[in-house]
Amino acid sequence: MYALVDCNNFYVSCERVFQPALEGRPGVVLSNNDGCLISRSDEAKALGLKMGAPYHQVRPFLREHEVWVRSSNYALYGDMSRRVVEILGLFTPEVEVYSIDEAFLNLAGLRYTVPDLTAYATRIRSTVLQYVGIPTCVGVAPTKTLAKLANRLARRTRCGVLVLETPAQRQAALAATPIGDVWGIGRRYAPKLQECNVRTAADLAALPESWVRRRLGGVVGVRLWQELQGQPCLEFENPEWDEDGQLVSAAAARHTITHSRSFGQPQQEQAVLQQALAAFVARAAEKLRRQGGAAHLLTVLLGTRQPGETSTSRTHTAVLSLPEATEDTAELIRAALRGLQKLWQPGVAYYRAGVLLSGLEPADQPQLRLFGSTPEQLARCRQLMAALDALNQRFGRQTVRYAVAGQKTPSWSGRAAFKSAQYTTSWQQLWTVR
Amino acid sequence: MTELVLYPPVKASQLTRLPVFTCPVPAGFPSPADGQADEMLDLHQYLFKQPASTFMARVTGESMLGAGIHPDDFIVVNRAITPVDGHVVVAVVDGEHTVKRLRQEPGRTWLEAANDRYPPLELTEDSDLRIWGVVTHVIHPLFKKRPGAAWPGRHSRPSA
Repeated sequence: MYALVDCNNFYVSCERVFQPALEGRPGVVLSNNDGCLISRSDEAKALGLKMGAPYHQVRPFLREHEVWVRSSNYALYGDMSRRVVEILGLFTPEVEVYSIDEAFLNLAGLRYTVPDLTAYATRIRSTVLQYVGIPTCVGVAPTKTLAKLANRLARRTRCGVLVLETPAQRQAALAATPIGDVWGIGRRYAPKLQECNVRTAADLAALPESWVRRRLGGVVGVRLWQELQGQPCLEFENPEWDEDGQLVSAAAARHTITHSRSFGQPQQEQAVLQQALAAFVARAAEKLRRQGGAAHLLTVLLGTRQPGETSTSRTHTAVLSLPEATEDTAELIRAALRGLQKLWQPGVAYYRAGVLLSGLEPADQPQLRLFGSTPEQLARCRQLMAALDALNQRFGRQTVRYAVAGQKTPSWSGRAAFKSAQYTTSWQQLWTVR
Repeated sequence: MTELVLYPPVKASQLTRLPVFTCPVPAGFPSPADGQADEMLDLHQYLFKQPASTFMARVTGESMLGAGIHPDDFIVVNRAITPVDGHVVVAVVDGEHTVKRLRQEPGRTWLEAANDRYPPLELTEDSDLRIWGVVTHVIHPLFKKRPGAAWPGRHSRPSA
């Protein structure tokens, strides 16, 4: 059996742990740059506020209904998430962190020691609430897809726990789940399935395998179908998430490293973009060295999304191949600036920029080239990078940086007008008690 | 001009780790073999027995002076401990966090300050009291690095 533990309104809940005055009142947390709503309290949901609604559009409404607003505070959310995962580890050795606020627990090994799954799930929930102060919902089922589905239904129960053990329980849960809410169906398949009169998860599970194979993306669809029937097909893995709280699949994380940000204001100046890209490269290269890799390819990404037209998001990319795989920040910055030169156009407003390192290989076995660096040069560069990383780790991020990256608090950095303190991770901003 | 700050290079040997001797130290001539340091003292281990549920806070008020908790001290708060009568706790009162001593008698619960200037706070049935966590340690500096501050004890130096 698998359990899916999902933190309720996670960012809102984190804010409330340290600001009890926010409890019982409608509140929202905004995305990077205070762009749109990414977390809403139950009271805010009841007011009809929608996920992803642009902040500037709903601002009058928020003021009118005295809804509290916070900018996203990932230092706090990351620390709270880490604590939740640590506590989940008390309940089973196999915890798969699925996103910043969700984790799967493999309960297979507890078959004989935990006969009452509902009681166990209730204990998981009450322990997380007591130890960290975050309310959760727990769904338990024989497959991950069903656990996800159970979790969704658990949100509507008063106890916040739903266990699907018997076939009858499973059938009832499938019938209560609209097809669009099934994990893995997504926006693309839901309308197609509805046309074929497949309206609930139960409708899909009742179809023959051949139909699913033909109409639902082949093997992937069959796997999903089997999961709904209660046959586990999905692997247990450990994906990572980036600093924006966005999920990076484990496979992708091994093969590429990205760092990207949206700007507080759209940027036109080439010099500003240079600074931003150099800073992003520095962070990506740091990650690269931490996992002991070297990159062959560097991709520069520039986003020219106009506000309000989300569908026509335009991303311009330039791919640069490096003469030899490298983990040297200076080398990578040079490549990124060449890429910027190719992409940048005067008068165009850029909303987002980023870099992506790919073609990764272990750093200790680069292929030497006839006209490449000598082993001595490589060793010196490695020493320099090790010193750079050690200094930044000890004295704080960006303490030592390449001059082209500009100021420590850059002009392009995003808006975060309503950010709470880093209550748990900074001595200066530590939580205070009277 | 941007201010340029120079930092000394990091040496592994500068990490502040103190050796602890797990063998008893006899008086007299110790055996040279006994001088093996086999563990490092880790203050975290002592303060954070349950790191996932333990939080640090800075105290701002003077209501707990009598319990040895001063303004600007750090307190270590563990949420995993079930509070009982006599525990110093962080409670939520009127939407704010406050540190007080929890007192419980059959049928009565109140929060007690350790300072005469602060009256006890009786908790009636309808008042919304929540205990946030139990305070396990206070970290109180005895010496503050303030420019111009006198070295402690200098004023009481006996005159020659």
